[in-house]
Amino acid sequence: MTNSENQQTMNINEENNEIKFQIRPPETMTSLAWKRFRRHPGAMVGSVVLILLILAAVFADLSPYDPEISDIANRYQAPSIEHPFGTDGLGRDLLTRTLFGSRVSMSVGLMVVAITLSIGVPIGSIAGYYGGWIDNILMRIIDATLAIPSLMFLILLSAILREADLPFVRGNSVMTIAVVLGVLSWPTVARLVRAVFLTVREMEYVKAAQALGASDVRMMLQEILPNGFGPIIVESTLGIGYAIMEESGLSFLGFGIMPPTPSWGNMLNNAQSHLLQYPWLAFFPGLMIFLTIISVNYIGDGLRDALDPYKILGKVE
Amino acid sequence: MGTYIIRRLLQAIPMLLLVSIVLFALVNIAPGGPMSAYSRSNRMPEEKKEAIRRSFGLDKPLPVQYIVWLIGNDWMEVDEDGDGVMDGYGSRRGILRGDFGFSYKSREPVLDLIADRLPNTAYLMFFTLLFTGIVAVPIGIVSAIKQYSTFDITATTLSFMGQAIPEFWLGLLLILIFYATLNNPFTGESLFPSGGMYTLGEDFSILDRAHHLFLPVLMGLVGWVAWYSRFLRSSMLEVINQDYIRTARAKGQTERKVLYRHALKNALIPLVTMFALDFPFIFTGSLYAELLFSWPGMGRLFYTAATGRDYPILLAILIIGAGIVVISNLFADIAYAYLDPRVRYD
Repeated sequence: MTNSENQQTMNINEENNEIKFQIRPPETMTSLAWKRFRRHPGAMVGSVVLILLILAAVFADLSPYDPEISDIANRYQAPSIEHPFGTDGLGRDLLTRTLFGSRVSMSVGLMVVAITLSIGVPIGSIAGYYGGWIDNILMRIIDATLAIPSLMFLILLSAILREADLPFVRGNSVMTIAVVLGVLSWPTVARLVRAVFLTVREMEYVKAAQALGASDVRMMLQEILPNGFGPIIVESTLGIGYAIMEESGLSFLGFGIMPPTPSWGNMLNNAQSHLLQYPWLAFFPGLMIFLTIISVNYIGDGLRDALDPYKILGKVE
Repeated sequence: MGTYIIRRLLQAIPMLLLVSIVLFALVNIAPGGPMSAYSRSNRMPEEKKEAIRRSFGLDKPLPVQYIVWLIGNDWMEVDEDGDGVMDGYGSRRGILRGDFGFSYKSREPVLDLIADRLPNTAYLMFFTLLFTGIVAVPIGIVSAIKQYSTFDITATTLSFMGQAIPEFWLGLLLILIFYATLNNPFTGESLFPSGGMYTLGEDFSILDRAHHLFLPVLMGLVGWVAWYSRFLRSSMLEVINQDYIRTARAKGQTERKVLYRHALKNALIPLVTMFALDFPFIFTGSLYAELLFSWPGMGRLFYTAATGRDYPILLAILIIGAGIVVISNLFADIAYAYLDPRVRYD
């Protein structure tokens, strides 16, 4: 709120002590949310760090080194001016590989969230809107999916899928890993969307829309689903973090992105065998995972505060 | 309550059947299927492969194989030695009767392999969870009572860091710090060992066990403490702001009694539920900790089986794991209803 607005409020209070309410210029929900988001220090720092990481990944091609071509003469160089992160056992520049690794991790993160949303939102909406036996069956499927020990199932699925010859998920591509992670990640979003539908379904305005003859699809997409946008956005943001963590973990175990394509996880796997002689191999890729995930988590936390409708309509000082 | 438990258990049956069908189908639609463990070696003659297929019953149609896996084959004729001639009734009893088959690699019963490893995993996870509780509960309580204090802000920041740090990277860092860099000032050896459950060739001693337990527990602890302390903080905050706490204060109770007698009890209820949901880790363990610290547990058993495509082991661990998850979920709900009289199931 600007000074002049404050002044205006004060004047009213002085002129007439009976008037207790404040006059506030009309603001959209988005601008109120943005105001709140900006006040969350963690979220702002997180956004800046994440933007820098994304820019570095986008401009990774500017590096004078190639991420995959080996240069045996320069193997295991400690960090220096020419190689700020050092070089690996094949003489490849680790900074370059780390930046190309960001591309892999971030695209996996985005793809997983896209898969999660495209399965989770429709299933959650249908379960929540229709209820009854449809809901019952879908919920049991969700329970079953959540019951399987996740990391172990991901390993099995990855071991199987990377040998399979299916369209899109061919071999050991980024897409394969995204599909593997997507298979287990949609139930959380589905449950969230279902919960929104259950709370909103009985509201008066929904009944009114129904009485006006809105179709089921219109009811779901236009009347009810928008209520869930806040939580869905928060969950999707955090989902990017989970996906990056899981992808790194799988790659670290040798069931994710395979070399020579660099990914933070397989760089750490590679570092493991020479950990004691060449510790810098392990340090930087892990630091990148850590920085990315903590930024994403802080942004998610900021969004949760910013998009909470009760907080938006409350005081904005 | 009784009918509720029975209904939940009945619901669990189709769910676990679904899980078993999905897992079984996955393993069998894999290119090469369960045989891929063998087909790697090209030298094996085709007849020999065929014999192995027959001896494992892999020549039967998939639904039959599934039924056999589920309820056994002691009711049908099988070809034990794979020579193409039926040798009489089978001896498998199926997973429903506790027979999870034999490892393709070692030919040992899967259940024996699991029984071998499970105590080691349970031992590691028990201490990880125990210390999680010991560290996380006080942090959560103090954070909530002194909301927005320096302590709370520090704890919150550390918790964000703890949740973002990849467990496997933390493990590598711990090895670098406590094994490679720091030395024991008295003996000059590494401060902590880099792996194993105990020093080979030495007599059992609690000190030696604890020495080996420290790093793997610490590695697992960080993420859990980060999560549990946040969880307890918000649960405690919610309780503190309720009317009955104000009533207790208004009656003139000491702040100490209000917090620890009245508030804490209720704040811990969601934590019990949380704990019940995390209980299955006692069975599946932490893959990363077991791999990094060469801990002979379930995680490593699974990992080795996955690299070697030893499908009976993979299926057994996944399906038992899923069963334990379902039971823990039920237990969490029952515990919740028992501890919080406001919750009623019908």
